[in-house]
Formats: sequence, structure tokens, C-alpha cells
Amino acid sequence: MIRLNTAALTKAMPQLLSLMLILFLNYLAFPGFFEIRLQDGRLFGSLIDVLNRGAPVIILAIGMTAVIASRGVDLSVGAVMAVSGALAATMTVAGYPLPVVIVAALGTGLACGLWNGILVAYFDLQPIVATLILMVAGRGIAQLITEGSIVTFTEPGLIFFGTGSFAGIPMPILIAVSLLVVAIAVVRRTAIGLLIESIGINRSASSYAGLNSKLLLLVIYGFCGFCASLAGIIIAADIRGADANNAGLWLELDAILAVVVGGTSLFGGRFSILMSALGAVIIQAMNTGILLSGFPPEYNLILKALVIIVILLAQSFSSLGGWAFLKGEFRSKGGKRQ
Amino acid sequence: MTDKPGLLAVEGISKSFVGFKALDGVDFTVRPGEIHALLGENGAGKSTLIKVLTGVHQPDAGVIKIDGQPVAMRDTQHAQHLGIGTVYQEVNLLPNMSVADNLFIGRQPMRFGFVNRKLMEKQALELLAQYDLHLDVSSDLSRYSVAVQQLVAIARAVDMSGRVLVLDEPTASLDRHETEILFAILRQLRARGFGIVFITHFLDQVYEICDRVTVLRNGKLAGSALTAELPKIDLVSLMLGRALAVATHNTRHDRPVPAIKPFSFKGLGRSRSIAPFDLDIGEGEVIGMAGLLGSGRTETAKILFGIDAADTGHIRIDGHPVLIRTPQDAVACGFGLCPEDRKSDGIIGDLSVRENICLALQAQKGWFNRLSSREQISLADKFVKALDIRTTDIEKPIKFLSGGNQQKVILARWLATNPRFLILDEPTRGIDVGAHAEIIALINRLCDDGMALLVISSEIEEIVAYSTRVIVLRDRAHRGEISGDDITTSNIMQMIAAESEGASA
Ligand SMILES: Nc1ncnc2c1ncn2[C@@H]1O[C@H](COP(=O)(O)OP(=O)(O)OP(=O)(O)O)[C@@H](O)[C@H]1O
Ligand SMILES: [Mg+2]
Repeated sequence: MIRLNTAALTKAMPQLLSLMLILFLNYLAFPGFFEIRLQDGRLFGSLIDVLNRGAPVIILAIGMTAVIASRGVDLSVGAVMAVSGALAATMTVAGYPLPVVIVAALGTGLACGLWNGILVAYFDLQPIVATLILMVAGRGIAQLITEGSIVTFTEPGLIFFGTGSFAGIPMPILIAVSLLVVAIAVVRRTAIGLLIESIGINRSASSYAGLNSKLLLLVIYGFCGFCASLAGIIIAADIRGADANNAGLWLELDAILAVVVGGTSLFGGRFSILMSALGAVIIQAMNTGILLSGFPPEYNLILKALVIIVILLAQSFSSLGGWAFLKGEFRSKGGKRQ
Repeated sequence: MTDKPGLLAVEGISKSFVGFKALDGVDFTVRPGEIHALLGENGAGKSTLIKVLTGVHQPDAGVIKIDGQPVAMRDTQHAQHLGIGTVYQEVNLLPNMSVADNLFIGRQPMRFGFVNRKLMEKQALELLAQYDLHLDVSSDLSRYSVAVQQLVAIARAVDMSGRVLVLDEPTASLDRHETEILFAILRQLRARGFGIVFITHFLDQVYEICDRVTVLRNGKLAGSALTAELPKIDLVSLMLGRALAVATHNTRHDRPVPAIKPFSFKGLGRSRSIAPFDLDIGEGEVIGMAGLLGSGRTETAKILFGIDAADTGHIRIDGHPVLIRTPQDAVACGFGLCPEDRKSDGIIGDLSVRENICLALQAQKGWFNRLSSREQISLADKFVKALDIRTTDIEKPIKFLSGGNQQKVILARWLATNPRFLILDEPTRGIDVGAHAEIIALINRLCDDGMALLVISSEIEEIVAYSTRVIVLRDRAHRGEISGDDITTSNIMQMIAAESEGASA
């Protein structure tokens, strides 16, 4: 058990070091960065803010991890966020009760995901092409739902999902962490995780082994769509409105990035949902840092690119046994000195 | 002929993978104008030696010499540049590119800065004609069978090699005719002074074409000798480190054919794949399937197992009609299939030996009924022991196992599901002499335990050894059946040949 944990820690080393470095830089730019205080029964502080703002991308990254592990990609998650956000807002304005709104919005996301899954699994479209369809069409659908305007609402029940808190912890964080725990449990306590890795590494051989790879792909994409709609609801609830054009814009790229930074290969196979969530936190910590430091946000994109290059290089270094090598070096140096 | 300096020689080569010594101080010399067999059990280190020779792996110790001069082999390009052409065991081609592209990639004929496709395709046709292969060179390589792909890889390597040619189990998926053609080409190259390294598990081929053998055992040099001076029995004990207990193959022809045949396939067929056929199989029966490459053997297996859906026919199991349209359906009926193409349809490369063994059973048990870690480990341990799978531990990714050991893992995957009807497509391909005898014994044992088996093999002696009935295929149709004492090598050969003459007349 202990050995397993150290192995996992060694593997997560590049990401953990990057996160610590970024947090430290944030601290230099803004000395109050690590302060956390309780106010009106809710935690506040920059660290909480990082997690709170990062929650939608964490949620997206959870679904995206499964898709990427199956050797696919889902470009439509940003658009699906817009669709479900638009639906939730419009239905709320029209006076539907909250449970109906939530179920409808999540159901729509699930349906979008299943549509992607059908194209990928049963029509054998390449994932990037299959999901591009909904990436483009989704925004159109969202605009049709909102009839081209920004729909705002004041229904406290829905708003609670974006700005409310429970036991001092903001709702978005609670939702993201719950989903994370459930997803990891489902994937590792059942055989689903292994089977996803198997089809991601070699789909043909998996089918020969009697694995229902089509159904599994369908479920994976469906789950990814579900995650996207959950993130969409949170964002709509947070801004108390739905903007069909901008909600979730480019977030599919952040989600993919989070997964890759977390160490899951775009060629499918071995994955870790926890590491993807860590990747999402790293990305958000950078975004927040740039904001706090007062740099113009344009720098964010360039900096992001730099950090990603560093992390990816560190990963390929560690997969070549670099850390073990370094450790050996230090140890033998220490030995000489004695 | 004085002792010429080695064209290509290695001295004291060692190579370890994470604490496991795959090669340990190996010396090996290839002289000009010789065909040199490199032999050894599965996992002995043959492929690893080849990879060190050709710059895929860097040795931990030892030197590589060309014409007596030490060289540091940087990478595979460097090896090619020095005139070494290689076909690795796991053929490295690009299935989504055309045959011609595969033959000439990296050295396409150019005109005005563009690839001259016409010329390239013409050259490709000429090159392949030497191998009696007449393909549409502009279509994707993946359209062709493993054997054809193997020949394309060989043609490319021969064409690129300057003076040394290295072939790692080139004949594993070839049949007699293609092997003859390859040997004719190797003899020409030998006459031109090439040094050729030839890895195989077919000892008859060693005696047919090789001048010298070098044997590896557990990563060490076990011995090297002229073929003419080394009797086969001595060669086998050199390889195994012990004499092969020759289980005199009790042929099974006298076994009564079971009266009740629970597995009944009627008029099963698929257009442009295999003509409709009938097949009834009883428990405790081994049906051998013989035929040339492309005769429809693998196609038959794919239809039986639901990989390809049949257009016609129906299936009854224990008298009840069933539909088999996917492998899941087949598995639900108690079927299993070890596929022919190990790399693309068999192994899940990055998963461990343990996970690969458990995969089919897990898929059968369902997504939510996970085999516990303890069950997985005990299952894997059991089969690693039972099939003598050589691996440092069961957590090793299967892609790092030697070819023959990967084959055994796939076999274990299906045995773990305890199937009623097991289809084996070339189960002994790439398996060493010792393990070969063990697998034949295993087939016989499974049969005695009441399993129904269908075994496809290109080795007719092997089919004779275990079959209770033999079906002969040709031109994508089942052409005839032999049973009882009529099952002999010559009868099967005759049936394959007679019909081909009939067809070509
Ligand atoms: N990249 C690798 N990492 C770890 N172990 C390896 C690697 N490549 C080979 N091995 C191990 O080295 C040993 C020798 O393997 P090799 O492929 O050379 O065997 P071989 O003689 O070619 O066997 P076969 O007849 O089955 O092809 C095996 O035990 C294998 O598991
Ligand atoms: Mg080998």
C-alpha cells in the first residue's frame, strides 16, 4: 500500500511541483493569497476562489478523461454547456419548478453526449469530426432556445447552485468533488476503468475478447455530455443568466488540456481522473494568478502555453525514468561526501 | 576458404530491462555468404539481440563490429545506412498507407520535387512480382492478410539491405509456397555474398537453408555450430537445456466420433468472404482446418465467432436456435477465439499480463461484477504456471513479453473463461519447439475434458496429430472432410492440391 502510494506520488511529481510553483508565484504577486476566512457561514479567499472558478473545468475534465482514455476526444462540451445553460435559464423564466429544470438540462446534456456516442461507436466517425458537428450546431441550438437574447433569471433555487454554499463550502466545489469521488469509485470499483483502458489501447482486440466496445463508447460519451450539462448549469447559475454565445466558450480546450496535463495520453489507454482534476486546478490557478497580478489577461494564453510545455517535457522526462535517475545521482553524491 | 572476418559481429553484448537481464555476454558473428540461424526458446533473447544489432536498443556492454571495425549503432537509420536491412518480429508497416508507399517510404522516386507515383507503383509491381505477389499496389496495406503484409515487409527489407539481411520469424505466417519463394531469394542473396540472419522456430527450415546455427538460452550464448555438424536432437537439447521428452503423438483418429453434436452450423456464409458451409461439432472433438493462405480459414473462424456477421444460415446449440452476430453473443454461448493476428486483434499492449489474461472473463462477467484483485492475481498466476509463460512478473505490460509468450497469454485469456467451444487460429505460430509440444498436449487434454475445438493451422503434421476430423478449404469454400484413419499428411496435401488443380484446369 505504502509502496503504491509512493509510486503514484512519483508519477504525480511534475504536476504537484508545477502547482506548488504556481501557487508560490501567486503568493509573490498577491501576499494575501493563502488567507482563508469564514464570512456569513461561507469560506472566502483566493485559494477557495481557485477551486470555485475551477469547478466547471474539473467537472468537464472528469468526463473528458473517460473520452480521451477511450482514444477519443469531445470538442462539443463547451457548446453542450451553452445548450443546457440556455435551457435551464429559459425554463426557469417560464416558471418551471427547479427539479424539472435540472432534470431537463441534465437530460439534454446526456442526450447530446449519446448523440456523439452513436456517431463514434455505431457510425464509426472519427471522434474529432463527430463531436465537431455538435460543437458548431450546439451554439445554434442554444441561440434558438434563448431566441438570440441573454436570458436572465432571479430564481434563488437555481442561483444556489452557482453561488450558494453548504457547510461553508461553495456549491460548485461541493458538486465537483462529489462527482469526482463518485466517478473514481465507479471506475475503479467496477471493471469499467479497465475496460475503457482496454478499448482505448486496442479496440479491435478488445472486441475479439468479447467486450461490448460500442455500448461502452456510447456510455462514455453520454457521461461526458452529462458532465458538460452539469458544468453548464453551474455557470448559468453563477452569472444568473444564459449567454448562448459565450457560455463555455473554449472550455473544451481547457478540459482537454487539464486531462493532458494530468498525464492521460491523447492516444488513449491508462488514465487517472484524479490527476485530470489536478490538471484543471493547475490551469485555474494560473488564470487566477494572472488576474491577481494585474497583467493583462492576454498574457494568460501565452503563459498557459509555456506552463503546458514545461509540464509535458517533465512528464516525458519522468516516463524515461528521469526522477529515479536524479534520485540515484543525489544519493550517490551524498554517499561520496560522507 | 580462410576464416573471413565477420561481416557483422557482436562481442560480449549485455542488455537489461529494469533489472531483468535479457542478454548476458553474447557473442555472435555473421559471415559473408552465409545464412545464419538464430535459435532459442520463447523469451531467450533472439529479438532483443536483433534489436541491439540494428540500433533499436543500446547495449549495456559489448561491441558491435562491421568488417572488424567497432561501430556505435546510433539508431535504425544508422543501421540501414550501414547496409543492414531488417524485418522485425512485429512487422513495422503503416497499414493506412498504400502498398507502394510502404515499400518505398523514405526513399520514394521524386520528380520536380514531388513523389513520382507512377514510377513508384511500377517499381513496386516489379519488386513484388519477384515474390509471386500481384497486388493492387495503390490500395491500403491493411486490406491484405498478415502473410501478404509480412512479404511486403520482407521485400522492402531485401530491397534496402546492402549486405546484411535480418529476418525475425519471417516464415511464421507464410505457407509452403511463399516460404519456397522467400528461400529462393535468400539463396540468391547468399550467392551474392550477403550475410543473412534468420530466426525461426521451424527446425526443418533451419536444416533446409541455414549454414550455421547459434543458440541462445536465457539470454546467454548456448552454442554455435555448422548446421551440417549438428544433429537435430542435439540442437533441440541445446535450445531447451534438456532433451525434449518426445510425447509420441498419439493420433486420435480411432476415437469414436460423438453421436450428439451440440454445436450445429447450417449453411453459414457471407458473400465475398466464405461460401455457405455446414459444420457440426461434438464435445471432445478436435476439428482441424487445413488449406492454403486465403482459402477462407480465418473467415470461417470470424463468422463462427460473430466478428463478421453471416448473411445466410442458422446456428443451433444443444438443439436451440441461437443468433450470433457479435463476439459477445458467441461468448455468451460459451465460445472462445484466439485470433490469428496477435498484435492487432490479440494483445492489449499497455495492459499487464494479469489484465490481459483476465480480460475475456471480465467482459463476460459484466461491467459491474469486477474480478477482485486477489482473483485476478490467482488466475494470472495459475495460467502463467500452467502454460509456462516466461515473464518477470504478472504486472509487466504484455508488449514487453516475447512474441511466443504473448501468444500463450492470449490462449490463457480464453482458457480462463472455461469455454465449451474453442476456436484456435494458428495457436502455435511463433511458439518454440518445447512449447509447441506442450500446446499440442494441451489441445489433447482439453479435448479429453470434453471441450469442442476447432483448430486452424498451416502445419499439416500438427493437424494430423490432434484432429478427429479434418476439413479442407480452398478458394473461400469448404471443399471436403477427412476422418478416421484417412487423416494423413499426404491425404490432406492431396486434397488441397487436387482441388487446386481442378480449379486451375
Ligand atoms: N522492452 C522490454 N522491456 C522489458 N522486458 C523486455 C523488453 N523487451 C524484451 N524483454 C524481455 O526480454 C526477454 C527476451 O525477449 P525476446 O523478445 O528477445 O525473446 P525471443 O527470443 O525473441 O522470444 P520469441 O521466440 O518468443 O520471439 C523476454 O523475457 C522479454 O520479456
Ligand atoms: Mg522474438
